[in-house]
Amino acid sequence: MTRDIDTSATSNGSAETVFRTRGLTKVYGGNGTAEVRALDGVDLDLPEGELVVLLGPSGSGKSTLLNIIGGLDHATSGQAWFRDRELTKMTDRQLTRYRRDHVGFVFQFYNLVASLTARENVALVTDVAADPMDPDEALDLVGLSGRMDHFPAQLSGGEQQRVAIARAIAKRPGVLLCDEPTGALDSKTGTAVLAALEQVNARFGTTTLVITHNAGIRKMAHRVIRFHDGRVAEIEQNAHRVSASEIEW
Amino acid sequence: MVMLHALDRKLLRDLWRLKAQSLAIALVLACGVAIFLTGLGMVRALEATLEDYYSRQNFAHVFASVRRAPLSVVQDVAEIDGVQTVEARVAGWVVLDLPGRAAPASGRVLSLPENGPLLNVPLLVDGRLPDPDAATEVAVTDRFARANGFSLGDRFSAIADGTRLDLQITGTLRSPEFIYTLPPGGLMPDDAGFGIIWMPERAAAATFGLTGAFNDLSVKLRRDARLAEVIDRVDAILAPWGGTGAHDRETQVSHSFIQAELNQLRSMSAVLPPIFFGIAAFLVNMVLGRIVALERAEIGLLKALGYRDSEIALHYLMLAVLVAAIGIGIGWGAGAWLSTGMSRLYARFFDFPWLVQPHDLDVYALAGLIGLISAGVGALRAAWVAARLAPAVAMAPPAPPSFRRGHMDRLARWLRLPQTAMMVLRGILRWPVRAAFTALGLSLGVSILVASNFMLDSLDAVIDTAFFKSNRQHATLVLAQEAGLDAVTDARHLPGVLAVEPQFDLPVTLHHGSRSKKLAITARMPGGDLARTLDVGNRHVPLPEKGIMLSEQLAAHLGVAPGDTVLVELSGTRSGEFHLPVAAVTRQYIGIGAYMQMDALAERLREGPRVTALNLWIDRAHLSELQAALKEMPMLATAVMLTDVRESFQDTISENVRINTVLFITISVLITVGVAYNGARIQLSERARELASLRILGFTRAEVSSILLGETAILALLAQPLGWAIGAWISWAMMAGFDSDLYRIPLVLTPANFANASLITLAAVTAAALLVRRRLDRADLVAVLKTRE
Repeated sequence: MTRDIDTSATSNGSAETVFRTRGLTKVYGGNGTAEVRALDGVDLDLPEGELVVLLGPSGSGKSTLLNIIGGLDHATSGQAWFRDRELTKMTDRQLTRYRRDHVGFVFQFYNLVASLTARENVALVTDVAADPMDPDEALDLVGLSGRMDHFPAQLSGGEQQRVAIARAIAKRPGVLLCDEPTGALDSKTGTAVLAALEQVNARFGTTTLVITHNAGIRKMAHRVIRFHDGRVAEIEQNAHRVSASEIEW
Repeated sequence: MVMLHALDRKLLRDLWRLKAQSLAIALVLACGVAIFLTGLGMVRALEATLEDYYSRQNFAHVFASVRRAPLSVVQDVAEIDGVQTVEARVAGWVVLDLPGRAAPASGRVLSLPENGPLLNVPLLVDGRLPDPDAATEVAVTDRFARANGFSLGDRFSAIADGTRLDLQITGTLRSPEFIYTLPPGGLMPDDAGFGIIWMPERAAAATFGLTGAFNDLSVKLRRDARLAEVIDRVDAILAPWGGTGAHDRETQVSHSFIQAELNQLRSMSAVLPPIFFGIAAFLVNMVLGRIVALERAEIGLLKALGYRDSEIALHYLMLAVLVAAIGIGIGWGAGAWLSTGMSRLYARFFDFPWLVQPHDLDVYALAGLIGLISAGVGALRAAWVAARLAPAVAMAPPAPPSFRRGHMDRLARWLRLPQTAMMVLRGILRWPVRAAFTALGLSLGVSILVASNFMLDSLDAVIDTAFFKSNRQHATLVLAQEAGLDAVTDARHLPGVLAVEPQFDLPVTLHHGSRSKKLAITARMPGGDLARTLDVGNRHVPLPEKGIMLSEQLAAHLGVAPGDTVLVELSGTRSGEFHLPVAAVTRQYIGIGAYMQMDALAERLREGPRVTALNLWIDRAHLSELQAALKEMPMLATAVMLTDVRESFQDTISENVRINTVLFITISVLITVGVAYNGARIQLSERARELASLRILGFTRAEVSSILLGETAILALLAQPLGWAIGAWISWAMMAGFDSDLYRIPLVLTPANFANASLITLAAVTAAALLVRRRLDRADLVAVLKTRE
């Protein structure tokens, strides 16, 4: 059951829509093999500046949505917009440009470049971005100012993930898309990672989408979207958000 | 039906999954196997054939020629300690007038002893030997007969010292003395233009005025004989009769050419295959190492399931063995094909009655074994790592490779290198051994091309020097006997002759201290413009007024330099000795030489100028008249048409160029693609995650590819100068290896050679890189990132 979103009910009351989807559908397989409808006609409007948590069982479609609005994948049908630009019409080259200019990604596995230090991993992005922050500043934001010259092999999992977040935010992206950012972490390091996300969202107003299996994380969100069988099952808004440090793991 | 174990199924599927990489490795290995097989196979075939042929036909050990010696001398030679058999012959040069051939041909007449030859026994191919009592019956070389379309019973004319003989062919022969035959003054065999003619002893002696005498001697030694002592004794015995010096098989033309070929084959099979086996071992090491790293978790699982360490190690060794088996199979096939091609090539230049086929099973087995060992050695490290992995450790993800900051970082920072360049640089520095071997492998591809180009450039230089700078005459007439200067006047009256320059070849032994060399001094008129001597810079240098000029090799052999003095000991019909100052050193690539002005030599000999050969400059419009006149010319031993020699040399070389170019480009491309493709594939495998991350961060395909292929590109560029250096070294070694009294080649290394080698290998690297880039373009970004390494 899909419900239309009340676009007026945003955190700051007057934000514009950053992502809009209409009938967004993604079908895998077909042509003889079993068809899987990963996304099945999703209509969604996400306002600017929010921290949104996407919940749902495996295969419910949340990652597929993230990939399509992040410009990593093409929809089978339906439309998706980033602000006033229609993502579903873009070529691969345009999507690359879009990712480069507007999107920050954080994955469960940190995907750092092993041969570059923390600072250099961030600089990898700031070198090619239009209006980046200083790599040192980005690392400072995630609390890693003391570990900037360390290589990934010399950092803990939580530290590596925070480098990945610094790398994602250093170009001042319009949106930050996180797929299970704490999935590989224990509670203590996971909390530090969430705190970093929270701070980025609060300080820069970066729209942040977080996919998680950990229902506790929903408490820090402005908005929680539950997925089921490729559809949006429920959207709820948090009247009282708690800070990352208070989240029970 | 055979039941395959699950692990064996995995093995076969792995092989199929890695088919492109496996094939690239297998082809490199196949090159090694094929060249080893061909080289060693042909060496053994040639050696076995020679030994067999020589012993069956009683090929002599020592050869001597003499002006004219009575037959009684033969007994003196037979009594030398160590001599088993002696045979005296009459030998002479004749000009041949062959039906249907405008140009005069040359022939070497050899007498057939009445009771049949004891040494250098010719083998009857067709017909019969001439009747000992017949005056006009002869047998000829089989190749000469075939090249001229002669049948048994056909007739042709020979002009011996101005006397025309009408000869009839009774049989065709081949001889261990003439497996490789060079026409006088020629550089390539010429079956139609030069033939050996066996004539009954009595007729031959009558023809050359040697009844009751001989001018050619062959000696077979006992096993315990001392070669050098026998040669000295033979020289001493023949000296009074005009002996020109005995020599052993090493300077017998046919034998020495076969030995040169054998040496070339031996060095080819010693140098090239190890390169291929080494590269194949390195590639197996690199690829298997990566597979074991990727299959860590599977290895842990297998061990958890109860597989023994040895079974796991064997599993990965078997993958290398399968790749090797494919390579060996291809190598055997290619080797058999190459051997057949080589045998055919040998059949064209060498006249063997039979060639022991080089398809020895043990050579095949040895080549296969070496191939297996190479792959096995390459697989050892990976198999060892797989065997040593503890299951619990194996199933946990590996620690990320550790990088350290070093001096390069400061340099890179100072250079303000972008992060992507840092990734490439650190990748190289993190695995320096692998990077070094990759660069070395790529440089070997370059060096093989440099060496093959060098051969062609060098032969070009030889042709240019020998024919266009040094021996510029159109023809050389070799006289049957010494003549006075009136021979020059006679020659000038021949039709079509524009210029004549006389030459006098005097057989001597040059001594300096304990060193000596038998050869002929070539004396010419000063100011000659046809046959010229060149200095070491390949510039024309006039003959010295006084003293003697030596070719570089001869000067080095005697250990003399300009200013030193050599002792000239006369041989042949003259005797005596005198000293001569060495005036200059000259450069020549074919043969060795000592040169003087004619008058200076005549003065030393206290006689008037003598002539043994005439160099001609010809008006080509009157060529056929000249050819007809030469067939009637008295005192002509043979006419060498240098234009024909030049052409046949160039034809042979340009054909070799084609074969070489195809062969060596193939070999070089196989090495280059094998190394570059596997290197880039492993890069792709190791960096898949990083590259997918970068794509997601918004890097374009081109930017990501530049990281992937950057390392390959840098190593390929580094490999170029290294390849040039190795190629130059191989060229130098080849030049040194070719150095003999017969011929030598100059070290010619041109920028065009290096550029050509680099262009071809860089194109091959690019092709290999593009193949890998295509895989990268097709990679599923998200899938890569969602999996744990």
